[in-house]
Amino acid sequence: MTVKSVLKDEQALTMTVTAEFDAAIDAVWQLWADPRKLERWWGPPTHPATVVDHALVEGGRVTYFMTGPEGDRFHGWWRIGSVDAPNAFEFEDGFADEAGAPNPDLPTTQAQVTLDINASGRTRMVITTTFASLDAMQELVKMGMEEGITMALGQADALLVT
Amino acid sequence: MLHALADATRRDIVTRVLQGEHSVSSLARRYPMSFAAVQKHVAILERADLVTKRRHGREQLVSGSIAAVRDATALLSELEEIWRARIDRMGEILAEPNHPAPNQGEPT
Repeated sequence: MTVKSVLKDEQALTMTVTAEFDAAIDAVWQLWADPRKLERWWGPPTHPATVVDHALVEGGRVTYFMTGPEGDRFHGWWRIGSVDAPNAFEFEDGFADEAGAPNPDLPTTQAQVTLDINASGRTRMVITTTFASLDAMQELVKMGMEEGITMALGQADALLVT
Repeated sequence: MLHALADATRRDIVTRVLQGEHSVSSLARRYPMSFAAVQKHVAILERADLVTKRRHGREQLVSGSIAAVRDATALLSELEEIWRARIDRMGEILAEPNHPAPNQGEPT
């Protein structure tokens, strides 16, 4: 399996996902650093992502939208914190309005991505997501469900190549 | 929005009061801080609906809201599914033939 472990801390409102890929660390980094690759996995098959701006540098911004089956669009943004390619970066993930401008009324999440090579030569990826509060988490997941993000999850399993 | 659970003392209070009702004064004895400071932490947790408080004589009794913590569990499970699906898609892209060979040489 690609996903090795998922640790959820209900008290600290964090989730840590550890995955391993039989691929070079640079190839895994490119999944984040190359906007054309990022848009192939960020959104589910029902809501493919289109990345508009993409500056994976400290203080940089990534903007994207996901298109639903009805042609409806959901806009989002990342604000990039520290970057240490190809080993680590941090970003804040938020919602945007139709013009792609950050919506300050909606909560954001903080994410940390680290990549390293384990003893067997595989690339390990650890993603830690932190919510500001339970309310923020509820609101985000509710929006996620409205976007249909959790739909069609079974599809990916069927295609799993590990 | 409140950062109700961002603080280690508040997380510890939630853990304790989920196991059973505690008075604010008994909680205050557990931490190297004033009664007023602990009371403030409890008030923050109360506003975030993570704990409830009731009066019993001169004591204020605090208990954890299992429903709220369960909500957190359910919500994190939703998020887990989102990330599992994303990582599956990442694996598919990496398995495509045009990708370079796995890591060479020493682990980092």
